[in-house]
Amino acid sequence: MTLPVELRHDETFVLNLGPQHPATHGVLRVKLTMDGEYIVHAEPVLGYIHRMHEKIAEAGSFPQFMPNTARMDYLHALAFNHGYALVVEKAAGIEVPERAEYIRVITVELNRIASHLLWWAAFLLDLGGFTPLLYAFDDREKVLDLLERITGSRLTYCYMRFGGVYNDIDDEFIAGTRDFIRRLRSRMPRLYHDLVTHNIILIKRITDIGFISAEQCRRYGATGPVARGSGIDFDVRKNEPYSVYPEFDFDVPVYHECDSMARYMVRVDEMEQSMRIIEQALDKLPDGPVQAKVPKNLKPEAGYYYSAVETARGSLGHRLVCDGGKNPYKLKLRSPTFSNLSLFGEVAEGMLLADALAFMGSLDLVIPEIDR
Amino acid sequence: METSIWRPIIYLVGIMAFAGVNAAYLGWCERKGAGRIQRRPGPKEVGPAGLLQPLADGIKLMTKQLLVPQGVDGIIFRVAPVIAMIPAITSMVVIPFSGNIQARAMELSVLLLFALASLAMIAILLGGWASGNKYAIISSARAVSQNLAYEIPMLLTVIAIVMISGSMNLRDIAIDQQGGFWHWNIFRFENGHFLYMWVGFIIFFICSIAETNRAPFDMAEAESELVAGFMTEYSSMGFGLFMMGEYLNIVVGACLTATLFLGGWDCPFGQTPGVWWFLLKIYILIFTVIWVRWTFPRTQVYRLLNLSWKILIPFSLVNVLVTAAFIKVF
Amino acid sequence: MTILEQTQAALAPLFPAQEEPPAAAEPEGEEPVEAATSPAERRPGVATTEYSRQGYHLEVLCEPGQLVAVAEILDRQRFFIESIAGVDWPKQEQLEVVYDFTTYEAEPCRVAVRTVVPRTAPLVPTISGVFSGADWHERETFDFYGIIFDGHPDLSRILLPEDADFHPLLKDYMP
Repeated sequence: MTLPVELRHDETFVLNLGPQHPATHGVLRVKLTMDGEYIVHAEPVLGYIHRMHEKIAEAGSFPQFMPNTARMDYLHALAFNHGYALVVEKAAGIEVPERAEYIRVITVELNRIASHLLWWAAFLLDLGGFTPLLYAFDDREKVLDLLERITGSRLTYCYMRFGGVYNDIDDEFIAGTRDFIRRLRSRMPRLYHDLVTHNIILIKRITDIGFISAEQCRRYGATGPVARGSGIDFDVRKNEPYSVYPEFDFDVPVYHECDSMARYMVRVDEMEQSMRIIEQALDKLPDGPVQAKVPKNLKPEAGYYYSAVETARGSLGHRLVCDGGKNPYKLKLRSPTFSNLSLFGEVAEGMLLADALAFMGSLDLVIPEIDR
Repeated sequence: METSIWRPIIYLVGIMAFAGVNAAYLGWCERKGAGRIQRRPGPKEVGPAGLLQPLADGIKLMTKQLLVPQGVDGIIFRVAPVIAMIPAITSMVVIPFSGNIQARAMELSVLLLFALASLAMIAILLGGWASGNKYAIISSARAVSQNLAYEIPMLLTVIAIVMISGSMNLRDIAIDQQGGFWHWNIFRFENGHFLYMWVGFIIFFICSIAETNRAPFDMAEAESELVAGFMTEYSSMGFGLFMMGEYLNIVVGACLTATLFLGGWDCPFGQTPGVWWFLLKIYILIFTVIWVRWTFPRTQVYRLLNLSWKILIPFSLVNVLVTAAFIKVF
Repeated sequence: MTILEQTQAALAPLFPAQEEPPAAAEPEGEEPVEAATSPAERRPGVATTEYSRQGYHLEVLCEPGQLVAVAEILDRQRFFIESIAGVDWPKQEQLEVVYDFTTYEAEPCRVAVRTVVPRTAPLVPTISGVFSGADWHERETFDFYGIIFDGHPDLSRILLPEDADFHPLLKDYMP
């Protein structure tokens, strides 16, 4: 009888995790060199869902690229909408009406909650807990219903316009959002914390797993909850305030444990902070138009522009180069997970397979956003 | 015992039917239970309340092709699911469903059950090994280490029971506990002294969940890590038999727990003992197993082994010693 | 001293030709805009840019050979790498690489480092030795533009198939 696994001369073997694997949430492939259940070397292999959005951007006019932005990070699509709108507005010098800014913040934060809920559900699924998935999806469904009302779509939004938003919000949306916040707040302690966060199995499973030091974060350019779980107080919304974020009183949750539990707590706390922002925005919501007058043929001045926004996964950057034409001359998307994932190989070395997958789950990967 | 030819035939049919119905409908119960816990209806389209779902699943599995991938060890690959089923069904032979419903009251029935339980592990090992799949191999290795680790505390607790009852015959152990719940091993009083057998009960129950590879100890299957573990390459009834074997193992585990600790077919109030009490007890236990599965996330394989070697085994050893001391002193 | 000034001061010695960069460069907010279509016309140096207009504070134009030195200075100033973008300028027969750095500090400071290489021989030294995160960004830029990052440990395709023989973001690439 032959051996079922061919061992190499140093008794390791190569395990292909993905591109079709339940824990990689999409089509990420990780080439693992394993010594038994220990990982000797891990190398993510990307590009399975690469669609060359940057070339598409160069081929069309500025507004034509807007729908594409939502196809990258399909979980926090509105932040990608927002980021792209911001950089073009910056380049073309477009002023956004205040009401539109507030609506942007409300919808982006709602979308952030939906994204974190889905991450939470999927993370628990990675750890073998099925039931939380349904609870989180129940709440996420409410967010999607709300956003569907005003944006017209449930996942791949194309809601932002240069100089405003596509659709004004109505009283029903506002009442629904308040209802949702009340509902999520009442469900949080029991369904989310009692059942999961304080569960001893979960705590043992993710505490001290996937240690990322602050220095490692800096070397790899990690942002978002990954950096904040390593004690770095960096949130683009606070550090480089954009839109009307300075108007709101919210905290940036930072944990210093550097492990998967810290990243878990950062995201769970961020949901509460997002709810605070939404509540304040709803209270302060000014009247007025939601769309500024914008020329049909947008021709921003030639130049180099950069704008960053905070998505659910970290700092999303748009590097825009204009040559005075009506197409973006060059649009580079700095996707947060691309940088966050690049430290996976270094951190996963020496880990157990099961721990590495828990760690990978805590990075909150959205593959289309990495591959673009 | 009468020696008529009908007895083996009736019991054969009866056990096969019991095993078949359980294997099929535990899947339904599990999905309904999971649905209940997850605030969704569960299967409801096929038949009233989805009751025909197992039938539909069965037909689907049977009509599918058993794919045998290239590079697998063909014979062992095909035999492994059968090996998974055989010990589960065979175990039913010695289980006393009530005072007079038992296929064969063997003197060493406890020993036979444990021998058969080890065989189930062999099936997983063979299935995973023959698949020639890396995930399956990791899964097999996990399953073996897990089963080895959990058989020890399980046996040790059973030794304590055997010492109390003075018999390795399940029927005698159950008869020994008749007459109300205060006679059951779990709440056992001996000469006015409490025997702390509930410690043994908890150890035994945890072990039986681990032995049957159920969440949160489903290291071998661990679908988010190992795809589907040893079942990765199996399709059709190969997969179906493994699943049925798993459910039957749960039933056997519950039967064993009920017989060893919960008085078998005894009524909690000392009246009307009968098979219905036994069934009630095992289904409560099975429900608990399902409930646990849909509540907790999975543990980590090394923590699982630590739990056995560092906590359960010492506790069960102490349990045996304490029980022995009690029996000697009182 | 703010991070911006510190960084400017630290970078200044690299560009001795410029007359007193930190102070002199201050009011030149408009300059990079003019330079945009023809990146080569500007001389190497450090210049502040108008943040509200362009979204970053400091622009460093350097020779490819100075890149590692710039990266080391930025590393000492506790910056991290956000992205590397290639830009193709076929008319000027040039490829440009734009590195974006920023800091975790509360005070925002974004630095863009730009460098140009001839289109026929796009060779840039790697900074992956300084910032580990630059590794993948450089591979991506190589993938899309064919820019060779000299000294990169594993300069292979990252997003495109490993057997691809084209660089899609070059302006003359037609699928």
